Amino acid sequence: MLELAWLILVFPALGALVNLFVGDRLGERGIHVVASGMVVLSFVVSLGLFFGLAGLDEHHRTATVHLWDWITVGSFHAPAALLIDPLSVTMALVVTGVGALIHIYAGGYMHGEQNFQRFFVYLNFFILAMLVLILSNNFVGMFVGWEGVGLASYLLIGFYFDRHDESYGHYADAGKKAFLVNRIGDFGMLLAVFLIWTSVGSVVFEEVHHGAGALTAGAATAICLLLLLAATGKSAQLPLFVWLPDAMAGPTPVSALIHAATMVTAGIYMVARTHFLWELAPVAGGLAAWVGGLTALMAATIALTQVDLKKILAYSTISQLGYMMLGVGVGAYAFAIFHLVTHAFFKALLFLAAGNVMHGLPGGELDIRKMGNLRAKMPTTFWLFLIGASALAGLPIFSGFFSKDGILLHVANFNIPLYLIGLFTALLTAIYSFRAVFMAFLGEARDQHVHDHAHESPAVMTRPLWVLAFLAVVGGALNLPVLLTMEHYLEAAVGAPAFHPNVTMEFVLLAVSAVVAVAGVGLAYGRYVKGPSTGVGRISGGVARLVSPLELVARNKWYVDEFYAAWIVGPLLGLSVWFNQVVDQGVVDRAVNLVGQVSLSLGGNLRKMHNGLVPTYALSLFCGVVALLLWFVIGG
Amino acid sequence: MVPLSWYLMLAAFLFSCGLYGALARRNAIAMLMGIELMLNAANINLVAFWRHGVGPMEDLTGQAFAVLIIGLAAAEAAVGLALIIAVYRERRTIDVDELDLLSG
Amino acid sequence: MDTALLFDNAVVLLPELVLAVGVMVLMMVDIGRRGQNGSQLLAGLSVAILLLGIGASVMIWGRAPVEYLDGAISDGFALSVRLVILIAGVLGVLLSRNWFPAIERQGGAFYSLHLLAVIGMMLMGTATNLIVLFIALEIFSLALYILSGFYRENARSIEAAMKYFLLGAFASTFFVYGCALLYGAGGSSKFTQIHETLATGGGNPSLVLPGIALLLVGFGFKVSLVPFHMWTPDVYQGAPTPVTAFMSVGTKAAAFAGFFRLMMTALPSFHDQWAMPLAILAVLTMTVGNLTALRQSSVKRMLAYSGIAHAGNILIALVAGTAAASSAAAFYLFAYAFMNIGAFTVTIALERQYGNENDVEQSRLAGAAERFPVLAAAMAIFMLSLSGIPPLAGFFGKFLVFKAAVEAGWAWLVVIGVLNSAVSAYYYLRIVVAMYFQQPEQAGDEKEQPFVPASRSSVFVVVVSVLAVVVIGLQPGLWADLLRGLGQ
Repeated sequence: MLELAWLILVFPALGALVNLFVGDRLGERGIHVVASGMVVLSFVVSLGLFFGLAGLDEHHRTATVHLWDWITVGSFHAPAALLIDPLSVTMALVVTGVGALIHIYAGGYMHGEQNFQRFFVYLNFFILAMLVLILSNNFVGMFVGWEGVGLASYLLIGFYFDRHDESYGHYADAGKKAFLVNRIGDFGMLLAVFLIWTSVGSVVFEEVHHGAGALTAGAATAICLLLLLAATGKSAQLPLFVWLPDAMAGPTPVSALIHAATMVTAGIYMVARTHFLWELAPVAGGLAAWVGGLTALMAATIALTQVDLKKILAYSTISQLGYMMLGVGVGAYAFAIFHLVTHAFFKALLFLAAGNVMHGLPGGELDIRKMGNLRAKMPTTFWLFLIGASALAGLPIFSGFFSKDGILLHVANFNIPLYLIGLFTALLTAIYSFRAVFMAFLGEARDQHVHDHAHESPAVMTRPLWVLAFLAVVGGALNLPVLLTMEHYLEAAVGAPAFHPNVTMEFVLLAVSAVVAVAGVGLAYGRYVKGPSTGVGRISGGVARLVSPLELVARNKWYVDEFYAAWIVGPLLGLSVWFNQVVDQGVVDRAVNLVGQVSLSLGGNLRKMHNGLVPTYALSLFCGVVALLLWFVIGG
Repeated sequence: MVPLSWYLMLAAFLFSCGLYGALARRNAIAMLMGIELMLNAANINLVAFWRHGVGPMEDLTGQAFAVLIIGLAAAEAAVGLALIIAVYRERRTIDVDELDLLSG
Repeated sequence: MDTALLFDNAVVLLPELVLAVGVMVLMMVDIGRRGQNGSQLLAGLSVAILLLGIGASVMIWGRAPVEYLDGAISDGFALSVRLVILIAGVLGVLLSRNWFPAIERQGGAFYSLHLLAVIGMMLMGTATNLIVLFIALEIFSLALYILSGFYRENARSIEAAMKYFLLGAFASTFFVYGCALLYGAGGSSKFTQIHETLATGGGNPSLVLPGIALLLVGFGFKVSLVPFHMWTPDVYQGAPTPVTAFMSVGTKAAAFAGFFRLMMTALPSFHDQWAMPLAILAVLTMTVGNLTALRQSSVKRMLAYSGIAHAGNILIALVAGTAAASSAAAFYLFAYAFMNIGAFTVTIALERQYGNENDVEQSRLAGAAERFPVLAAAMAIFMLSLSGIPPLAGFFGKFLVFKAAVEAGWAWLVVIGVLNSAVSAYYYLRIVVAMYFQQPEQAGDEKEQPFVPASRSSVFVVVVSVLAVVVIGLQPGLWADLLRGLGQ
C-alpha cells in the first residue's frame, strides 16, 4: 500500500491538468466533479497510507517511497522521494480531507463566476504543492512545495484582481504583498538549507536527523533562527504577519483552505519536521515560543476591534498560529500538530460559515455592525458558526479546548509569564469569537435592508460544513487527556516531549482553561447581548468614549460590564489600537513600504545615470578601470 | 640595449594619450583614433617583452600577437567606419553626444 | 612547423570547423540566389549548419580532454558552453526568420554574421591561449556590432550598434593591454605555461595584478558587470530583438567560459588576490542590476538589467573558483539560455501585435493573458524561472552556484545573492501581474487592433523553451551530469 503513495500527488496534478486543458468543454459541473473528485481520491489514498502505517510496528512507523533520483551533483543528493510517517500522514489527511470538503463547498460558492475553471485549476495545484511540501523527504523537495503553495496563494488572493475597495485596496496588490512578504521568509529557508547542507552534508531529513549530533550549538542555532524566519513568513507570525489579513481579499473558500487550514500551518509543520534541530538550539526554541506567544496576544487584541467578519477570522488565525508556534517553541510538537488539526477543522468551518453569510447577504456584506439577528434568516449557518466559535473559544468538550490546553500545559512548565500570556489570550479569544457570534447572529437587526435580503445558502454549501462541525466538536477525542492517542501516535515522528505532566496538574490547568473560556463567553454576552447593541462603534471609538459619564451611567447596572470596560477593554483597546495602528500599520507597514521606496528611488537614481551618452558610459568604465587598478596595485 | 622599462613607459604614455582621446573627444572618428593608439600601446608592450626575452627567443609569441592585433585593429576600423557612415546617413552628425535616443 | 601537427587533434575544433565550412557554403548560396527569394532557404540552411555543429559536439562528447596546437582544448566545460551557444544560435536564427525587412534583402550577410558570432563564442570557450582568446573575443564582437545595427530602418538600432562598437572597442583595448602585461609576466601566452612560470618563481609577478585588473575590464564589459555595464540596456533595447535574445545568452556564455578558463588555469595561484575584488563586483552587479530593473518601463530594458543581475550571480561561481563552481556556472548558463531567449521570444510576439516598434512597454502587457493565453502562460513560466522559483530551471542554476560558493566558504556572498533574488522577484512578478491581473488601459483601442498571431517559428521557440525550463527543473541531475566543469 505504501508504495502507492505517489498516487496521492498524481490525482490533484491530473485534476489541474484536465481542467486546464479540457475544462472549458466540461462545463461548471464537470470541472467541479473533476477537481473535487481528485482531491477525494487523494484523501482515500491518505487513508490507505494511514492504515498502512498503522499496520507497522509502533516504533518503526516510517517509510520512504523513492520516486526518482532528482538531483545528484557531486556529493549533493536530493531524491524525489516521499516520507510516510505519522506526521506527514496526519498532515496529508488534513490537507486532503479538509481540502476535499472545501472543494465541494466551493462548487456552490463560486457558482456562476467568470473564472470558475481557473479557480479550480489553481485550487488543485495548491493541493498538489501542499502535498509536495508535507510529503517530501528532504529540504529541497519541501522548498519546492513551499514556493508552490506561495505561488498558488498569490494567484488565488489576486483572483478578483479587478476589484478594489476600502477594506483591501486593490485586490491584486494584496496578492503581491503576500508573495513579497513570503519571499523574506523563503530567503531564510533557502539559507537554512544551504547551512544544513554544508554542516551536515545532506538535505534528506532522515540523514540530517542522524547527522545532527555533529552540529555545534552555534550552527544549530543559526539554522533554527533562519528556519524561524521562514516560519514567521509562511505562518504569519510577528513581524511578518502583515500579509495574512490582506490575503482575505481572495475568495472565501481560499481563505478557509489556504489561509486558515493548511498553507499557513506549513511553518509549524516545518518546525515539527525539523524538531531534531530545534532540540539542539534551545535559544531559538525559546525565541520561537516568545514570537508565538506575543503574536497570539497581539492578534487576539486586534481581532477584538475588527468589524469585518473575515478579518476577525484572519486575526484569529494569526493568533491561533501563534499558539502553535508557542507549542513547537516549547517542544510540545505533538500538541502543536494536534492543535493544527483541530484548528483546521474549526477554522475552515468558521470561514465557510462566514462565506455563507457573505453569500447570503446583499453585496457580500461582511461588516458585523450591519448584521444582527441573522439567526432568524440563516439558522443552519448560525448553528455551524456557533459550533466553530465554541471550538475556537476553547469551550469544554469542543476540540479546541483539548488541543489548546495541551499546548498551555507544556508552556506552564516552560515559562510562567508565557503561560499567563497564553491564558489571557484564551480569554480574549473567547470574547472576540463570541462577539462575532452575538453581533452577527443574535440581538436586533441593525440594518434592515441587509436583514431583509438575507437568505440561507444552498445545501452544497451547508452539508460539507456539517462534516467539519462534527469534527470540530469531537476532534478533541483524537487525543483525550490520559488516554493520549494522537500525541502518542505522532511521537514516532516528532519524538516524545521531555516533560510529562502529572494528572493533577493537568486537571487543574484544564479547569482553569475551562473557567477562562466560559468567562470570556460570559463577558462577551454581557457586553454585546445585554449591553447597548450599538456598542461596536463605541469600542472602536476608543477608551475616551468608554469612560465618558454617559457610558458609565448606562452601564452602572452591570457590574460585569464595568469591570470589563475598566480592566480589560480599556487597557486592551489601548493596546490593540496601538498594535493595530502603530505596530501593524505604523511600524511594520511603514518599514515594508520604506524598504520598497528606498529600493525604488535608488533604482530611479541609478536609472538617471543612464543618460544614453557614450562619453558617460566610457567614463563609468574608466572609473571601474581606475578602481580595479588601485585595488590590485595598491591593495594587492 | 634600451632597458625594458623605457618601452613600458612609452607604451603607458601612448596608452594614456589614446585614453584621453577616447574619453575627451566627442567625434566618433577621433574616439576611434584614440582607441587605435591604445591598441598600439599594447603592441609596443608585446614586442618589447619578446625582445627582452620573457620567454624563449625562438618562440615568436609576442611578435605574432602584435601582428594579429594589427590585423584585428584594421577589421575593427573597417566595421567602425562603416557604422559611422551609417549613423551619418541617418543623423547627419557623428557627434556621440547626439546619440541619445536610447537612455534611462 | 610540421604540417602533420596541423591535423593532430584537430577534431577538438570539429564544431567550429563544421560551422566555418557552413558559413562559406552559406555565402556561396547567397551569391547564387536571385533577388528577394531564398531568404527562407538561408535560414533553413543556417539552422541545418548549427544542428550539424551540435551533432559534431555530441560526437566528440565524453572524449578525454585534448589540446589542439597549444591553443584550444575540448574538455567538458568547453563542450557544455558550446552546447549553450549552439542552442542560443539555433533559437536566434529561428527568431530572426521573417523578423525584419533587412533580412529579406541581406539574408546572406545576416546569417553568415550570426554563424560567425557563434564560431567566435565557441572558440572563446575552448581557448587556452591569450592570442586565441583575444581573436575569439574579437570575432564574435565584430559580428555582434554589425548585427546590432542590422535593423537599418530603425534609428535606434544603428545608434545601439554605434554605442556598442565604440564602448566595446574601448573595453577591448584594456583587454589587450592586460594580455600584453600577462604575457610579460608569464613569458608565454599559454595559460598553463603562464601558471607554471609564475608558480616556479619565474617571470615578472609584479605585472600579474595590473594585468588581471585590465583583463577584468574586457571581460566585465562583455558579460556586463557593474560598472562596465552601461551599454547593456541601450544595446539590448536598440538591437533587433532576435539579435538581443541571441547575444544576451551567447555573449555571457562565451565570455564567462573564457574568463573561467583564464582565471582558473593561468592564475589559480593568485586566487586570493582576485577573488575579493570579483566578489565586490558581483555584489555591485547583482544589486545595481536588480535595483535598476525595478524602475524600467520597457520590457527589453528590464530584461537587460535582469541579465546584468544574472551575470552577477554567475560571477559568484567564479569567485568560488572550484571545478564544481564552473560546472554550476555551465548549468546556470544552460538554464539561462532557455528562459531568457524564451522571454525575448514572447517579447517579439508582442512586438508584432503592437506595431513592430522593436520594443514593448510594460504597460502594453496589461491583459495580455486574455489575448495570448499560451504566450502569457509561457512568459509567466520564464519570469518565475528567472526569479528562481523552484522547481524551474532557473532555481537550480542559482542553487548550484550558491551551493558551490557556500562550499568554497563564500557564505556572505551567497546571503547577498539570495537577498537579491528576493528583490528580483518584484520586477519579474510585475510582468505576471500586468499580464494576468490588469486590464488594458484603452480597452477600446486595443480591441480594434487586429489580432496578429505569433509566427510559427516563435511559437516553436517558446514551446521548446518552456519544455526545457520545466524538464531541466524536474530532472536537474541529468543535466548537471551532462554539463561539466573545467578539466572534466
